Amino acid sequence: MKIFFSRIPDSLVRLCIVFAVLIGIILVVRAVLPSSLTDHTLQVQSTVEREAAKPLRHAGSEVCADCHEEYQVKKVGYHRNLSCETCHGPAKEHAENPTVVKPSLPRMREFCVRCHSYNPSRPTGFPQINPAAHNPLKPCVTCHNPHDPKPPTVPQECQGCHAEIARTKALSPHVQLECTTCHNVPEGHKTSPRSVVASIPRERDFCGKCHGKNAEVQETPKIDLLTHGEKYLCWQCHYPHMPEVK
Amino acid sequence: MERRRFLNKLFAVALPGGVLGIVLQRSRARAETSGYDASKHYYGMGIQVDKCIGCGRCVEACKDENNVPREPFFFRTWVERYVIKGNGEVVIQNIDKTISATAEVIGERDFLRSFFVPKLCNQCDNPPCVQVCPVGATFKTEDGIILVDEKRCIGCRYCIQACPYGARYLNPTTQTADKCTFCYHRVVKDLLPACVEVCPTQARIFGDVRSTASPLTRFKRMNKLHVLKPYLNTEPKVAYSELDGEVR
Repeated sequence: MKIFFSRIPDSLVRLCIVFAVLIGIILVVRAVLPSSLTDHTLQVQSTVEREAAKPLRHAGSEVCADCHEEYQVKKVGYHRNLSCETCHGPAKEHAENPTVVKPSLPRMREFCVRCHSYNPSRPTGFPQINPAAHNPLKPCVTCHNPHDPKPPTVPQECQGCHAEIARTKALSPHVQLECTTCHNVPEGHKTSPRSVVASIPRERDFCGKCHGKNAEVQETPKIDLLTHGEKYLCWQCHYPHMPEVK
Repeated sequence: MERRRFLNKLFAVALPGGVLGIVLQRSRARAETSGYDASKHYYGMGIQVDKCIGCGRCVEACKDENNVPREPFFFRTWVERYVIKGNGEVVIQNIDKTISATAEVIGERDFLRSFFVPKLCNQCDNPPCVQVCPVGATFKTEDGIILVDEKRCIGCRYCIQACPYGARYLNPTTQTADKCTFCYHRVVKDLLPACVEVCPTQARIFGDVRSTASPLTRFKRMNKLHVLKPYLNTEPKVAYSELDGEVR
């Protein structure tokens, strides 16, 4: 054994001593260093604090109610669920310094149209207009109060609201028919369109009055109601407003 | 003899110094977490796809609130428009401020269905971005939000690559990774995140996933829910209702 150690070259022994000292230093330092210096939690905590201390820009709608009475008007209208800052922009600075900093007051047509222009991707029933056809160039606020939005006058024609349907129907074989031929429209529908809804035909016999085998109307495509389409309602396959009525 | 005395003095200074350091750090840490108790919260979000009108107010409010660069390719939250065409082709557009897409689709009928999907960081319970960060700059807080330490981040973009939802971007001013924080500075003050605050149709619902009575719990009880890319086991805390199968 002794011979084995004496055979180790001197340089190697010195190298081993250097490494042993280095490892020793590392072990000592790790033991002596406070764990908080190597611990990640402090880093995490300072980031969390820095993140939490970032300045607010939006005040939240409860703050607005303290000063602005428009809030009470808005509370009952169709825009009741909108936050004030949806339209007026971030208003934290205004809430802190109401006389100096004023929030934005969007009056341009483009602003309302961002939500209310027709887009087929929007959910059905969301109030939409075609900005090119709906009183072009007039700012929306001349007719609609944005805090309590509703139609300024009762629409005379169905296409005031259902312009998209009216335009497709104009190209369809049903162009000669009034909307009320098929839809029973209660008077209240024009003023509160969502709570009082117009009817849609729910019987096959209704279409059958013109399209049934024995219908008196001339020049309409005729089918035998008993054999055609089985249990389905007509409009479930043939959308009557479409040009092709496919 | 000289050396021994030096070592003795060294230990005499280093040991009490270390102990004192630990005590000081601990007491400071305790003093700063007053007021808001992170352990009592665990945040999540619900998104009702069939309520989104694609107006992009959330995107704008987010940029205002969090100083996100204005260019239309830096987003903490964004809205995608899906159009599924008659032949099954799926077209995805990012809705920016102007919704220029509106004009070109009026009258178009060659699609089966179309809808908007708001997106943001899913605040995964099992976040891939945290796993890959080489310097430990991104982490999950006690209340379940993934944050980025912008002083530690070296801007290597590894997390941006690792996020399966594309929720991160490299902030061009700080050159560090940035992402949605659920507006952490707002939620600790009991305010809603900016996007939830301004959403005109309440398509976004924010709340505590552990609470028993809250809008988020009600949303989770009343809807059929889905998360994005569940097969990746990232366990997102953002739940979607009425989510179409084509949404990636």
